[in-house]
Amino acid sequence: MTDGDACVLAHDLTFSYPGGDPVLDLPELSIGTGERVFLYGPSGCGKTTLLSLVAGVLQPPPGTLQVLGHDVGALSSPARDRLRAAHIGYVFQMFNLIPYLDVRDNIALPVRITAARRNRLSGSLHQAVAETAAHLGIEDLLNEKVTRLSVGQQQRVAAARALLGDPELIIADEPTSALDQDRRRGFLELLFQNVQDAGSTLLFVSHDLTLSDLFDRSLSLAELNRAGA
Amino acid sequence: MFLPHLALRSLANRLLTTLLTVLSIALSVGLLVGVENVRTGMRESFSNTVSGTDLIVGSRGGTIQIMLYSVFGMGSPVANISHETWRKYDEHPAVAWTIPYALGDSHRGFRVIGTNGSFYEHYRYRGGQPITLIEGRTAHGVFDLVLGAEVAARLNYELGDRIAVTHGMSAVGFMNHDDMPFEVVGILDRTFTPVDRAIYVTLEGISAIHLGWESGAPPMPGQEVLAEDVLAMDEVPVSQITSFFLGAESRALTLQLQREISTHEEEPLTAVIPGVALSEMWRGIGYAEDGLRVISGFVVLVGILGMLVSIYTSLEARRREMAILRALGAGPKKIVSLLVLEAGLLSSVGALLGVGLVYAGIIGLQPWLEGRFGLLIPIQPPDGVQLAYVGAVVVLGLAAGLVPAAKAYRTALHDGLSLRI
Repeated sequence: MTDGDACVLAHDLTFSYPGGDPVLDLPELSIGTGERVFLYGPSGCGKTTLLSLVAGVLQPPPGTLQVLGHDVGALSSPARDRLRAAHIGYVFQMFNLIPYLDVRDNIALPVRITAARRNRLSGSLHQAVAETAAHLGIEDLLNEKVTRLSVGQQQRVAAARALLGDPELIIADEPTSALDQDRRRGFLELLFQNVQDAGSTLLFVSHDLTLSDLFDRSLSLAELNRAGA
Repeated sequence: MFLPHLALRSLANRLLTTLLTVLSIALSVGLLVGVENVRTGMRESFSNTVSGTDLIVGSRGGTIQIMLYSVFGMGSPVANISHETWRKYDEHPAVAWTIPYALGDSHRGFRVIGTNGSFYEHYRYRGGQPITLIEGRTAHGVFDLVLGAEVAARLNYELGDRIAVTHGMSAVGFMNHDDMPFEVVGILDRTFTPVDRAIYVTLEGISAIHLGWESGAPPMPGQEVLAEDVLAMDEVPVSQITSFFLGAESRALTLQLQREISTHEEEPLTAVIPGVALSEMWRGIGYAEDGLRVISGFVVLVGILGMLVSIYTSLEARRREMAILRALGAGPKKIVSLLVLEAGLLSSVGALLGVGLVYAGIIGLQPWLEGRFGLLIPIQPPDGVQLAYVGAVVVLGLAAGLVPAAKAYRTALHDGLSLRI
């Protein structure tokens, strides 16, 4: 496990929830830095578990998963939280936003919650939020309540939040599933543009294979995961 | 820095639940602090039932007993004090004034007290307030009679009414001294002390109704002393009284006087310092307030439990929120801090609001409480005990916040980033 170029590198990665059967058994997975990877598979094939492990919310066995050069399984829980806060942007399927904060506060959340992401901003937080919002075309919505936004707008706010401070790895868990066909393409193009500008790696999970042609590489988790069989 | 902001916004988002929770804590804390204030007010009012009197002197007997029959109009003395003994102390150089009381008669259940002008001049209650007449004048003629405020209100008497006085204390006396008609000449203002529940005549008036009763039995037919006979007398002889209130020339002389009276040779006497006796009595009857205090303590617990339940039940709806915060890098400890902070905010705002409500209530209701119940609740800044209550409620609230926080912590660890809708 010494691939210097790999952003995410899994080797014999297994995981089971306490008292349960293994849900993930991954002999090999490698995602290079700057790569845009499409990971697809039906629900229940271990997608969310894999993403939780990569993000460090769940703890893998030591020596089985490297993210940005860190052995995630060997890190303590706070260290994994810091790694996630500083270097990983995360977009959920839907309902990404804290309903009682406005758009600006939602985008600024990762910086507000931990100091780790703060150090990545070049200018002031206010300025960084405005710039990122402008990149995603939501600069006019900054003072809106998030409950007044359409689903498409909400996902763009979520993307802006994930991209704030240009983290090395963006993880997107079916972020387009709540959008209609036209908006899906539009959202993806916007996401790609920003990921590319930032030089980030994108790990995109979906069960919608029609999107796979837009990515550098497509992986079927169902095929990779021996536990899913 | 940011967590308080987040906690506040989260609470504001659930405004109705938040308000109801804060209100229930405020009311429970208000009850606790209110009970404490009423307790203080009651103790003060009670200890000031009589004030300005240095000693109360009765025949040899228990302190409480003397207080009961002289000040509270309850029970009766075992023996009397001779007129000469009272006169001796009235003229004592260390004594500024005395108020004699002659007890033992009643009118329709209310005590009739024989006294003299000194009563109207020197009797003080609650912080040195004097007795004042709302109507008429003081009693100085043999058949003059002054009504306490409650007696006047209950019996509906007016100035000029003629009434009879009963020997003994039963409401319907079987031996009415109805041959001795007294006339209402004055009505006292309300004091909210036992003074209101008595009728005041002169010492001579009490003596007059007992003329012919010297043997202890009613006069033989034909030997009754009639009102006109009494009025024809130059002076009605007064031979004994029941007790007397005493004001010393200086406070410093009180203990010396007390010792002197207690060792009075001619007849056995007891001198009571009313302030000491009253606080002794309060210790005896103050248990009811302790009970009230315990109950309000439990009400506070119920309020805190209500908050715990409201935060706990909100967690299910907030699982997504917690997962988002986790995904953005918040550790489980931050999630715990957020929930404990919310609980702390709810309980401290509730506690402060509760104290505020109590003070607003005291300021608003003080005149009414004093006018209606004679209960003067002092307006003073919260004392150490009350601040300790508020502190305890906040600490209890924070501790209660740990319960939902622990659940959120487990959920955060277990859920990972899966979002269950």
